[in-house]
Amino acid sequence: MTLTDISWPALVPGLIVTVTAVLVLIADLFVEGPDREGLGWISLVGLVAAGIASAVLWGSNAGGFGDTFLLDRYAIFFNLVLCLTGALTLLISMDYLTSINLASGEYYVMLLLAVLGMMVMAQANDLILVFLGLELMSIAIYVLAGIWRPELRSSEAALKYFLLGAFASGFLLFGIAMAFGAFGTTTLSPIASQLAHLSVEQRPLALAATALLLIGFAFKVAAAPFHSWAPDVYEGAPTSVTALMAVGVKAAAFAAFARVFIYALGALAVDWTWIIWLLAVLSMTIGNAAAIMQRNIKRMLAYSSIAHAGYLLVGLIAADQQGGAAVLYTLLGYAVMTLGAFAVVIAVGRRGEPNEEVSDYAGLGFRYPFLGMCMTIFMLSMAGIPMFVGFTGKFFLFSAAIEKGWVWLVVIAALNSVVSVYYYVGVLVQMYMGENPREVQGIAQRPYLTATLLITAFATVALGLFPTWALNLAKSAVQSLSA
Amino acid sequence: MTGLAPTSYFIALSALLFSIGAVGVLLRRNAIVIFMCIELMLNAANLAFVAFARQQLSVDGQVIVFFVMTVAAAEAAVGLAIIIAVFRHRQTVNADEMRLLRW
Repeated sequence: MTLTDISWPALVPGLIVTVTAVLVLIADLFVEGPDREGLGWISLVGLVAAGIASAVLWGSNAGGFGDTFLLDRYAIFFNLVLCLTGALTLLISMDYLTSINLASGEYYVMLLLAVLGMMVMAQANDLILVFLGLELMSIAIYVLAGIWRPELRSSEAALKYFLLGAFASGFLLFGIAMAFGAFGTTTLSPIASQLAHLSVEQRPLALAATALLLIGFAFKVAAAPFHSWAPDVYEGAPTSVTALMAVGVKAAAFAAFARVFIYALGALAVDWTWIIWLLAVLSMTIGNAAAIMQRNIKRMLAYSSIAHAGYLLVGLIAADQQGGAAVLYTLLGYAVMTLGAFAVVIAVGRRGEPNEEVSDYAGLGFRYPFLGMCMTIFMLSMAGIPMFVGFTGKFFLFSAAIEKGWVWLVVIAALNSVVSVYYYVGVLVQMYMGENPREVQGIAQRPYLTATLLITAFATVALGLFPTWALNLAKSAVQSLSA
Repeated sequence: MTGLAPTSYFIALSALLFSIGAVGVLLRRNAIVIFMCIELMLNAANLAFVAFARQQLSVDGQVIVFFVMTVAAAEAAVGLAIIIAVFRHRQTVNADEMRLLRW
């Protein structure tokens, strides 16, 4: 690698986010009074600009730095999903921060840095860069989870996330060390070409690396049996941060997971497929079974996100173009419907009154028809009812697995999907038929939340009804991976 | 490299350190001790990196260690701050007593 190998196009989206983060950090010093909404707007502009810059570079296939940092279509697809996630999280944060009385400019800086870390993970073609991106993201999110300092739950969630997150990073890093020992490099392209003709001495180290990397990634995507942190952390963290964790962290971790396993370690697929099979079945079953028992809506969504990690792993097992495209498409759909659901959770909560129990949603559908309609769309989409993006995503994932001959896996997945209808529809039953003496009243109209709900609800329906465009985008993105 | 210990010795030591760290995280109850065990895991990886770098006569592995040390330092700063934030609420950093969030 030489200095002339610097590829500016590949750096542009990340640089925009970095510069915005620094600007917000400086601007924070000059803002007087408790109102930090202006900083949110600066951050929003930065994320939108980074998204647009990524979109403009679609097809440029920029790559440099000794092939370690790419902006291929795969990375761009994820950059777009991540910038969208970041921007929508910002929108819901601006209302949420006011409602919990948390005026802090650092919140926006950390959010931007977390998104930057996620983008690095999506663009990295080198295990060490994956690690650096992962840590940048994780450290920023440890801070975000604990940023609501007067609230003990927030600090506790931050501590749990920090300890288990760092533990997982340890596994990932040791896996990278083993990969370095086996291949003499941490860059994915040479690893892929060396794996084609693996020598007997390399094999044990390569297998150890695969297993350790798998554990590290499984922690980050919250796949069972490495999921135990998720419900606690999701419940305790401020809701807007939970949304970012549930969507952004999962998407970024899957971006790196799929790139490392399908592209670099594809030749070892015989050895790792059955482990992922097990992870997928456990995640779906444990996630859905535990979600049924939850009374707190944030915990329910946490278990639902574990189940969704299981569905996405089904697509990863198919490990071909079609499966990869299904994973990308489903992640996009998962992002919009989950962010929407968390926006509803925030809208229902009020100052000093989180209203996070499912019973708090009693009668909500009639008193607040707009919130009710949005929640109906998100819940039905997650349950996998046709017409919404959740259904099309699962359909693509399962059909990709079927074509590869994983019939039993898909049978288990489909059964799980049926079970999940019970608890998603349970929320709707509460909303339209439930009765609670302590009904939630006086939910104020909040402009940013309404905007978020409109965008996510529209995208959930539009992506579900017209999946072709997004699916073609995902297919083209996955093609750039194997090229 | 005659007269030097073979790489496998270093890797065995590093695997041992990593295991001690991992088992410590699972068994110990004090948040600070758990954090020290995690640091031990990261340093075990560092040892593996430098050992492999010496075996392959490349500096890559040694450069990676600097990255890992930087990350570990940043993690320590944030992690200890979080531990202090919890201590201010609870007057304890025992992981068993964090029962507020549990199903």
